Amino acid sequence: MSIQVENIFHTYNKGNPDEKVALRDVSFNIEDGEILGVIGHTGSGKSTMLQHLNGLLKPDSGRIVISGTEITAQGIKLTEIRKRVGLVFQYPEYQLFEETVAKDIAFGPKNLGVKAEEIEKTVRESLEMVGLSYDELSERSPFELSGGQKRRVAIAGVIAMKPDVLILDEPTSGLDPFAHREVLNMIRKIHRESSGIIIFVSHNMRDIAAMSDKVLVMDRGSVLAFGKVDEIFKQRKMLRNVGLSTTPAAALFDKLEDRGVKIRSDAVHIDEVEEAIYNYMTGGENFD
Amino acid sequence: MVLIEKACLCGYNVDMTEIVEIENLVFEYIREENYEGEHQQQVEKAIDDVSFDVEKGTFLAIIGKNGSGKSTLAKNLNGLLLPTDGRILIAGMDTRDDELVWKVRQTAGMVFQNPDNQLVSSIVEDDIAFGPENLGVPRDEIRRRVDESIEAVGMTEYLLGAPHQLSGGQKQRIAIAGVLAMRPDCIIFDEPTAMLDPQGRADVMDIIKTLSDEGITIILITHFMEEAAEADRVIIMDDGKILLDGRPSVVFKEEEILQNANMEIPMAVDMAKRLRKRGIPVPDFVTTEEELVDFICRYK
Repeated sequence: MSIQVENIFHTYNKGNPDEKVALRDVSFNIEDGEILGVIGHTGSGKSTMLQHLNGLLKPDSGRIVISGTEITAQGIKLTEIRKRVGLVFQYPEYQLFEETVAKDIAFGPKNLGVKAEEIEKTVRESLEMVGLSYDELSERSPFELSGGQKRRVAIAGVIAMKPDVLILDEPTSGLDPFAHREVLNMIRKIHRESSGIIIFVSHNMRDIAAMSDKVLVMDRGSVLAFGKVDEIFKQRKMLRNVGLSTTPAAALFDKLEDRGVKIRSDAVHIDEVEEAIYNYMTGGENFD
Repeated sequence: MVLIEKACLCGYNVDMTEIVEIENLVFEYIREENYEGEHQQQVEKAIDDVSFDVEKGTFLAIIGKNGSGKSTLAKNLNGLLLPTDGRILIAGMDTRDDELVWKVRQTAGMVFQNPDNQLVSSIVEDDIAFGPENLGVPRDEIRRRVDESIEAVGMTEYLLGAPHQLSGGQKQRIAIAGVLAMRPDCIIFDEPTAMLDPQGRADVMDIIKTLSDEGITIILITHFMEEAAEADRVIIMDDGKILLDGRPSVVFKEEEILQNANMEIPMAVDMAKRLRKRGIPVPDFVTTEEELVDFICRYK
């Protein structure tokens, strides 16, 4: 399985005085089993891009091919796309609506025509995949759950459609550190067990560094950089120019540089950053 | 004590150093359920016998995971929720006193998590004027307060704009301006940055620090350790109780307790500890990125 995105352009309100180019010649591709991290400022086009991947938006030009099927082609059925690509919006728990957890999760597969006898099994599996107990929660109201649990139920609702590609728009935002870690572990588990492609957007550079194989950097509707996670995070200057940072530890280098301390290091993880700073302070290498 | 209480009931401002006094606060959520015809009542103790005072002008951060009771505590501070047991005094005023509720809320303003839920008007300046209008402030005075408040949050150019066209961070700044227009002595921020992007977070934190420097008492509820590191005092809540209370440098030293409560220490504290282990004398007070950078710069 793979995704090819080729030369996508998209303009909101085309032809109106307030038209706004949201995507400009966006191309990238993802291979089977990869986790792609997407970063960019608010308004950089990240969400617009994601909405193209599951057919919520159509490009003005360009094409998207998922596992050999061109989803941007004329006449393609939306249900075909939705079966392949599941999109979890930001704050997905706001979209919970059913009386019980089980009914809420069953909504998607039902609409895709999954048979009634299979649905319970699917719901059970999906809940287990997000680390929740079917027996404990399936008959509870989703609105009684904690914030972290609600979010996982909402994600289970998308997983229940068994997509090949799972897209998560800021899956950890607004969660406390504990729930945050749980959601990251859940994403790792889903990835291990489903072996599909996972795409996730985050403002948290530590998460992006820890989770992604590849990183897509978007800026003002264009792809600014695309590559392996370490290669991207080494380019501190480039990220900084568009108002992004590297990991919190590596961001120390930027702060130090502003104060006239230049440490030549492309360290990303905290251990390497520690080493570089230690060397600087003890008069070792890595400084001008 | 009697004298002070009397004075407060009349609405006089009494000079005192403790702006918030919390005495044995207990708060219980009661959930009524009708399950198959049977009436059930579930009681959940969200705050379990908590007492502490906040001195005027302090920047206090309260941290804790979801369900630790921190937001319940915040809502008790300005009378949105009332104690099940114990009491809270805001500038000497008991939050349970019906007649004082508006005075309490004017003294202790509140900014909430979701910027979309707190803006009420279709024009920014109307939104900021909403609070003082309700207090019956004269027209000229409202004008002055709106202008000053919007300037304090750096949003003057949006005065006649529409709130729905602003970013999350900008909306949050307008919400803060709305509270400032009430001229509060104390502002309670209930996870004000949880839904914002990094730029919005930084902007809101800058405003909070400036307000603190200007002498307004700040109570910041957050789950970002980095934000708490900026405060004068940190209270860590867990399971409805106070787990730790003190200066950030003292609280963040209690690694074991923090880990057990599922909390991470801020990056700067972690880095300082790592460097200390290797023989570099990083001072104890270093808890923020800025302080760490200051220290490293000494080796230039």
